[in-house]
Amino acid sequence: MSTSQQTRSGALAGLVQRHGALGVLVLLLVVGGLAFDTFLTAYNLGNLAVQASFLAVIALGMTMVIVSGGIDLSVGSVYALSGVLAAYSARWGPIAALLVPLAVAAAIGLVQGLLVGRAKLAPFIVTLGGLLFARGLLQFLTAEGSETYLVPRESAFLQLGQGSVLGVGVPVLIVVLLYAVGGIVLQRTRFGMRLFAIGGGEDAANLMGLPVTSTKVGVYVLSATLAGLAGTMNAAQLGSGVTVIGVGLELNAIAAVVIGGTLLAGGMGSVSGTLAGVALLFVIQDLINQVGGFNSNLQAVVSGAVLITVVVLQTLLSRARR
Amino acid sequence: MSSSEDMSEEPTAQVVLEASGIRKSFAGVHALRGVDFRLRAGEVHALVGENGAGKSTLIKVLTGVYQPDDGELHYLGAPVSFARPAAAQEAGISTVYQEVNLVPSMTVAHNLYLGREPRSGFGLVDFRGMRRDAENLLEDLGIDVDPRRQLGSLGLGVQQMVAVARAVSADARVVIMDEPTSSLEPREVETLFELIRRLHERDVAVVYVSHRMEELFQICDAVTVLRDGRLVHSGPMYEMTRLELVSTMLGRPLSEVRREGTTAFGGDHETGSTALLRATGMSRRGVLGAVDLSVKPGEVLGLGGLLGSGRSETVKALVGLQSLDAGVIEVDGRTVRRGSAASAIRAGIVLVPEDRKAEGIIPHLSVRENIVLAALPRLSKAGIVSRARQDKVVATFMERLRIKASSPEQKVNELSGGNQQKVMLARWLAMSPKVLLLDEPTRGIDVGAKAEVQSLVDDLAEQGLGIILVSSDLEELVEGADRIVVLKDGSSVAVLTDSEVSVDGVMSAIAEGGADE
Repeated sequence: MSTSQQTRSGALAGLVQRHGALGVLVLLLVVGGLAFDTFLTAYNLGNLAVQASFLAVIALGMTMVIVSGGIDLSVGSVYALSGVLAAYSARWGPIAALLVPLAVAAAIGLVQGLLVGRAKLAPFIVTLGGLLFARGLLQFLTAEGSETYLVPRESAFLQLGQGSVLGVGVPVLIVVLLYAVGGIVLQRTRFGMRLFAIGGGEDAANLMGLPVTSTKVGVYVLSATLAGLAGTMNAAQLGSGVTVIGVGLELNAIAAVVIGGTLLAGGMGSVSGTLAGVALLFVIQDLINQVGGFNSNLQAVVSGAVLITVVVLQTLLSRARR
Repeated sequence: MSSSEDMSEEPTAQVVLEASGIRKSFAGVHALRGVDFRLRAGEVHALVGENGAGKSTLIKVLTGVYQPDDGELHYLGAPVSFARPAAAQEAGISTVYQEVNLVPSMTVAHNLYLGREPRSGFGLVDFRGMRRDAENLLEDLGIDVDPRRQLGSLGLGVQQMVAVARAVSADARVVIMDEPTSSLEPREVETLFELIRRLHERDVAVVYVSHRMEELFQICDAVTVLRDGRLVHSGPMYEMTRLELVSTMLGRPLSEVRREGTTAFGGDHETGSTALLRATGMSRRGVLGAVDLSVKPGEVLGLGGLLGSGRSETVKALVGLQSLDAGVIEVDGRTVRRGSAASAIRAGIVLVPEDRKAEGIIPHLSVRENIVLAALPRLSKAGIVSRARQDKVVATFMERLRIKASSPEQKVNELSGGNQQKVMLARWLAMSPKVLLLDEPTRGIDVGAKAEVQSLVDDLAEQGLGIILVSSDLEELVEGADRIVVLKDGSSVAVLTDSEVSVDGVMSAIAEGGADE
């Protein structure tokens, strides 16, 4: 094989790896639109976007963590805990309802970040601990779920989840804004470059004199804070703190990130891919609902199959690029 | 021995870095016992010594990784102490490590400027500026590579150039290179030397650490020899012959070194008449074209060729670790199933792989466990491993290969590179093989251990083993092998015998090979 051929097929493989999720998403939207009248409607897509927005916010932080070569298993629990804290704090006004959960989430992220970055413990174990800790704290605060906190009906805080601007839901606008900023942070700032460098070769990053520890601390704080924000938005949408949500959500987030073309091993990835990955998971779910008659549990089966397909493709593609 | 600074035939360039009376010990073990080191602007200064002589410790003191227990550092005439590696880097002392220490998944430009990216407004990284700077830097240094390429897609040699470029781009006055050529091809070494000459023109001082004698004499102006943490010699390179340098390093009398040569290989071996292993038409699309080779009992067959010519793939194919599309491998006339490591081992073919860290030793296991690993099935009955038989095997090989370890239970990652390599050899010799494949057996180990491994190879051949030796070190290949098969682009292009087995012979076979077929 000539070198130029190799480079070209490598470039093509890279393109598919980065934008494969987007391609499949567009394909499904077209097919779905042709097959079902009720699919490509503003109402349906708007609803879908609001539903997807919570996972999207979590997956943004997860993308950064995974690019840095880590993993954050605590996000599902932090999400649920933050929702309850938001609903509880809403009695002191909308500002408190927003800041209390974010502060608690950031603190959990800080502890995890210090354990991973400074004490050099494995992120898998540290954030598994975080998962149990946050879920346990949630059970304690709600007396094992028997106590439900409601957001006062007239609170402006509800707008964060239920409001809309020009027909677009506030959660969706938040996602658009966060992904725009997140894309710039990951691709265009020194912090982003360091995440890629640490994920691509931590020893090398250390020898180059990069601030590895503080970058890692930063990324776990970011991930936990975003999970906290997602939980807060969810509480605003539901008008209450629900204790049973977010179980296994970290795995959905990881799935969306990987489907979006980010390497689970770190060092390579994009937030736009993650957004496509999140959208893909929800579009698949909706299409199965549209078909109807199927058990809705089938959605998980299809999502699982898609994930496996993507990982197999990624592996084959990265081999082709070598 | 007196040092050269009081000799006045050289125009004395400015001293950029000077260490005097450096002492450093770890847990009571003296690594450096009062070492002086003086580096002048624009010189290429070889720092040599066996492993454990204190080279790495001295480098780490110079670059701020370690703080000396005693002694002084002067940089550009002023006393300094570097608290962290970053401090030394900022002052202008950069290091290029043995293994390329860059991020393979990022582009060349990123790797050059990571940690000090140029920024435009709003604190965003200025990619266009970064690429332009990278292009200028690479062009200045005569490195022909597109800064937009992903680093991992480039050859190791080019990656090493990028590492050097990164080191000098920080306005370095001193660049320390720790075995920069250990994974480079001869051609790539030339390019690196070209780069070093450019650094010399820019008055950058280079500290060059290498075990490869020919390189030291080719590129270095001055040499400092350490032994057991002490300075034993410092002076201009031209004042020394190669033998003198080796004998100074080893602390052995010149006559002894002269008698034994610079490698420890003996002469030719008594070889059997019929082939022990014969491989014909080994091919794999995109990897191997057509490789034919054979080894007789007692023979050392060398595999020559450039990196990427298919040497490692060939030996891997012989033990079933590289799948083949076609080809026949026979041991004692019986065909071995292709692509099956188990049947290769049953037939008596074993491989000591090139990358002992990734493919060989298991660092957290003991010497004993590492040695018996492959032989476990033979040492056990009904799945129960006999400890007594293990201990016997381990004791035998530790003695026979002179493995230096505090006990068989010492963790293997605590041993020196040479002893790790011997543990690897022991693992496969414990399988009582017929054919032993050695892929770069002496890479990255010091001169003394190298000699021991080389003489072991000789002994093993004398005992009737067929040996295939892969080495990038041409001298080692030529002195070690009885016959050499030269590979080029995945095919065997020449077989060198008797007087053709020479450095020139291999070089010309690589240069001309394939053309006449």
